[in-house]
Amino acid sequence: MDFIAIFSIFVLACFVGYFVVWSVTPALHTPLMSVTNAISSVIIVGALIASAAAGSPLSKWLGLAAVVMASVNIFGGFAVTERMLAMYKKKER
Amino acid sequence: MHDVAPINPWVALAYLVAGVFFILALRGLSSPASSRRGNRFGMAGMAIAVVTTLLTHELANPIEVIGAIGIGAVIGIVMARRIAMTAMPQLVAAFHSLVGLAAVAVAAAAYLNPGAFGIADAAGQIFTVSRVEMGLGIAIGAITFSGSVIAFLKLNGNMSGAPIILPLRHVINLGTLAAIIGLVAYFTFDQSPWVFWTVTALSFVIGFLLIIPIGGADMPVVVSMLNSYSGWAAAAMGFTLHNTAMIITGALVGSSGAILSYIMCRAMNRSFLSVIAGGFGADASAGAGGAKEQRPWKPGSADDAAFLMSQAENVIIVPGYGMAVAQAQHALREMADLLKKEGVNVKYAIHPVAGRMPGHMNVLLAEANVPYDEVFELEDINGEFAQCDVAFVIGANDVTNPAAKTDKSSPIYGMPVLDVEKAKTVLFVKRSMGGVGYAGVDNDVFYMDQTMMLLGDAKKMADDIVKALNGGGH
Repeated sequence: MDFIAIFSIFVLACFVGYFVVWSVTPALHTPLMSVTNAISSVIIVGALIASAAAGSPLSKWLGLAAVVMASVNIFGGFAVTERMLAMYKKKER
Repeated sequence: MHDVAPINPWVALAYLVAGVFFILALRGLSSPASSRRGNRFGMAGMAIAVVTTLLTHELANPIEVIGAIGIGAVIGIVMARRIAMTAMPQLVAAFHSLVGLAAVAVAAAAYLNPGAFGIADAAGQIFTVSRVEMGLGIAIGAITFSGSVIAFLKLNGNMSGAPIILPLRHVINLGTLAAIIGLVAYFTFDQSPWVFWTVTALSFVIGFLLIIPIGGADMPVVVSMLNSYSGWAAAAMGFTLHNTAMIITGALVGSSGAILSYIMCRAMNRSFLSVIAGGFGADASAGAGGAKEQRPWKPGSADDAAFLMSQAENVIIVPGYGMAVAQAQHALREMADLLKKEGVNVKYAIHPVAGRMPGHMNVLLAEANVPYDEVFELEDINGEFAQCDVAFVIGANDVTNPAAKTDKSSPIYGMPVLDVEKAKTVLFVKRSMGGVGYAGVDNDVFYMDQTMMLLGDAKKMADDIVKALNGGGH
């Protein structure tokens, strides 16, 4: 993909983000933060590529370290979001 | 244009699906009812991205990779289970620092082994565009890391919340930022290691310098801002790796954090720039203690409060962070349950900065089993104070101060506040008459005729009111 194609995706995604985030109810802003935290750890993709690649041992170990860090975030972020969301209950009628 | 190995369209499609699932994850948060489904979409999107990467790259040593994921999973899940809801801001700051450091590690790995990422030509020269993306990625990642570490230490109480003001800090900060930008530009001509590592080191330093002058009261803005940075770091890495899932996610998270920072700034009537410039809260305690006139106020007891509220038709509870610090939320919910049994209409009014991060108070109330449809945001409930019989303020102060509407000289002038003074009766739970809120200003609500001050620990007061409601009623 050339730079302009990628950049177009980026710009459009910023607009999607803008509208989607404004539609999030303020009551869920803390879970919003923890879930965005979890999904931003999609950089694990880059970490996996680095850890899989042959050639530079230092690069591989940096990749593995990044895999550990991103995994903490992914599992921790989704789990804590799930824990919080489970607490939101409607009034019993 | 450079000659990257052709990307398998199915792989590109899989990453796109992951990106769309992340959009749906945020979309789910538009209401508590759909939120858990949203979270599942997020997990599914992440699984697609990870599995696609694992399937399309020759793993040199699968055991190491699976082991690394496993270690991370155990640490993450244990942290998520154990963390107290009051400590959510620290946890989020800690998670942000990990995203930042992971981005630094990935960018460094890509710099050391560009061939593996398909961003260098046969001679090992990294493509110019990739150099800019990589430079920005490592800079934003490093700023996110060191900034979040400071935010964590301040929120966790390991470091004083007081702003640390260095002489000439604006000159130092702007100079460092200019040096980083200049070096990233120079990096496109010269890919020597010293340029890359100097950018990294300077970025760690600037992250640290940017957050130390920001006071504890502004931490909700800082946490949101770092949330935004972690997104931009992911987006920059997405550009380097030509990965749509990362770019979409980065844009979503970046805008999310930016919007939350904006909402927090608006709720405190602070401009974003003045938060970044720092120093807020430095002289607040100095101005407060001095010559204050003694004004008459009316004390009340738990029994008085129980009687007044059980006779009321409408009660609005205004909780603040002091309530959560005293762990009074369960006793408070019990009190509300007893009042509801007496036929009283009970609602909760939440100011956007009631907690220590956006939406924090809502989580704390949800944890105490307060139904979310009894909890209202400032704009939605402010008109109802005029019709309510009792406003019960517990652990909040500045967010109820009418000076924000009338007194132009007040440091909180212009901040949106809850109109508790319009209620027929105000019950104000406070530890003592001496203390003042974060902003260090006196609150006229204390001295109004219809206000009754309930002095004491928030939890003990709520417990005593519960006892009085149980004993006195029938």
